[in-house]
Amino acid sequence: MNKTLLIIQREYFSRVKKKSFLLMTFLVPLLFIGMYALVIFIFIKGDDNVKKIQVLDQSGIFANKLSNKKNLDFQFINGSYENAKKEMLSSETDFLLFVPANFESSSNIEIVSEKKPGLNIVGDIEDQLETVLLDKRLIQAGIDTAVINQAKPQLNINARQITDEGEKDASVGASFVVGFVAAFLIYISLFIYGTQVMRGVIEEKTTRIIEVIVSSVKPFQLMLGKILGIGMVGLTQFLLWIILSAGLATLAGTLLINDDETQTKVEQMGKDRAAAAAPGAGNSDSEMFNNFSKAATTVDFPYILGTFLFYFLGGYLIYSALFAAVGSAVDNETETQQFMLPITLPLIFTFIIGMNFIVNNPDSPLSFWLSMVPFTSPIAMMIRIPFGVPAWELALSMTLLIGGFLFTTWVAARIYRVGILMYGKKTSYKELAKWFMYKE
Amino acid sequence: MLSIRNIVKQYANHRALDDVSIEVEQGKIFGLLGPNGAGKTSLIRIINQITAPDSGEVWINGEKLNPSHIAQIGYLPEERGLYKKMEIGEQMLYLARLKGMGKDEAIRKIKFWFEKMDMQTWWNKKVEDLSKGMQQKVQFVATVVHEPKLIILDEPFSGFDPVNAEIITQEILELNKKGATIIFSTHRMESVEQLCDHIALIHKSKKILDGSVKEIKNSYRNNTFKIEYHANGSDFKQNSELFDVNSQLETEEGNQVRVTIKSGKTANDVLAWLIPQVHITQLTEVVPSINEIFIQKVTALN
Repeated sequence: MNKTLLIIQREYFSRVKKKSFLLMTFLVPLLFIGMYALVIFIFIKGDDNVKKIQVLDQSGIFANKLSNKKNLDFQFINGSYENAKKEMLSSETDFLLFVPANFESSSNIEIVSEKKPGLNIVGDIEDQLETVLLDKRLIQAGIDTAVINQAKPQLNINARQITDEGEKDASVGASFVVGFVAAFLIYISLFIYGTQVMRGVIEEKTTRIIEVIVSSVKPFQLMLGKILGIGMVGLTQFLLWIILSAGLATLAGTLLINDDETQTKVEQMGKDRAAAAAPGAGNSDSEMFNNFSKAATTVDFPYILGTFLFYFLGGYLIYSALFAAVGSAVDNETETQQFMLPITLPLIFTFIIGMNFIVNNPDSPLSFWLSMVPFTSPIAMMIRIPFGVPAWELALSMTLLIGGFLFTTWVAARIYRVGILMYGKKTSYKELAKWFMYKE
Repeated sequence: MLSIRNIVKQYANHRALDDVSIEVEQGKIFGLLGPNGAGKTSLIRIINQITAPDSGEVWINGEKLNPSHIAQIGYLPEERGLYKKMEIGEQMLYLARLKGMGKDEAIRKIKFWFEKMDMQTWWNKKVEDLSKGMQQKVQFVATVVHEPKLIILDEPFSGFDPVNAEIITQEILELNKKGATIIFSTHRMESVEQLCDHIALIHKSKKILDGSVKEIKNSYRNNTFKIEYHANGSDFKQNSELFDVNSQLETEEGNQVRVTIKSGKTANDVLAWLIPQVHITQLTEVVPSINEIFIQKVTALN
């Protein structure tokens, strides 16, 4: 056991000390935060490029009713269409919006420009025109628009879940996101760290140091030490990511929120949108923010994090043992392909099923069974957990996962102990079975 | 010291070792000889507890082979290997500790060996930055750093240049003098005669010869002598009662003849016959080399 500890130490420190580990550890959260910051930045600053739009309204319906927005600047002009066009080309005006007098019957409103207008600009203008027109028509029909705005229903279904601790808010959207992210992380990390185990085994085999090592320790100790060491590298990386991301997010958050200007801008923008949006278009941005933060509080993060770590470890232990067996059976990485498929297939299968089926039917029989089978449960269960899983199901799944890990490790170790000492032979599945049957 | 008793090792479709028994005495240098694929490496792996025999037993110092013996054995495999990206010092420390050494003691011993082998500056180097010969030296130190009582060297000189091979030879002899028992596996026979006290010959998974180098050579003597002489004008006369001439050669320095002396006669008798006739410059007994014995044995079996 003491020697296994030594091996764990070596496997762990030789990887953690690598520059690539540090790079990954700091770069990934920075990338995430950077992306997040960029989105916020764009959202706040918006499109600085203000488009000047001249409106030639021959119908007179829209005169001074179109409101300027952060990137749209309306100017109302008079005159003939031809003159306006010429003027637009010579001046700095970007667009010319032409509303003929008879547009209601012939629907021939035109927007003219040198460059193609962006889709959202056209959409924005259309929205505004429609709103103005709708109001006008409603008034013509003798309906008070103020009454209509008041009567407009603002519905939002609150999903509530009855649990042992009483009722609580159940946000389907948040469950979806959390499940997706957790399952995706497990999927990716099983591949990343499993392959690292496999590479490590192949390295020991090709450099032939394996013979020196197994004259000192049992092959099983070496395999276990390697798997546990690399697993700890994975955990360290996750932990650092969580801490760094949380730290950076808080930092970025305080910086942004403390900036009064920014805050007022965000609020202002929310109001703008709400005012500009066609009545009944749904949530305003601020409402969306509210809903999201509300949904986030419905997610039990310590519980999710705990189960995530358990399923990551369990899945990792199962798959890395198999990866180790594959590594022991080949002489170099290019030969691994024939053995990789049966290992990666259940992972890919569960991931695809999970993203398309389990998230929509977290309690269906298929979802249940996928979250029980040890080879698929790390991904399937992580998708289900945010939706709520009965305690007995979770306990059963975890027990099966531990059992599955013990079983695969036992199988892998039997192949591994023979494989690592076999050089220069192309291995077949038949051969693997034979190795498995060998006595000590 | 080491007693190998009736070892049988069967792989799927061939038998690597067939009822092999070998005794290695304490403090000797033992040569394990045999052509490639004879079963030497299989036997060594069994002694190192890398694999287990199908039947038969290995005893070390009166104890049945068990994991506690790992610390007493140093093994230099034929296929050399080290972690390429790991620093030499750290790597040595790791290997020594895997053999059961304490950290401080291991560091002290590694420093001692690095000084001895003139590699003090290598501690922070990586294996991939060293030449092949340097890597071999590192590997040798890794084999002996934990002061094993039994050192098993599989083809120790392959990959060494003559200078380093000589250094390693001296180190092996010194370790042996200090009491280490050494098993030496090779198919290159020249190195054996110079170093080994005892040998065992393995061929096609069976032991075909076993004993001290001296005894084996003696048993293969067949009264053949090489005589160099100057013929003073005329050659000597044959005497079929005394000897048979196997071959005769005339060189610039003189004549050379190989004779087999008849049983009952001695070299002295032959000399007495020859001295009056020719001018003798040298007489040596032709003792077969281990290589010749080996080839003779193996071809006889085939």
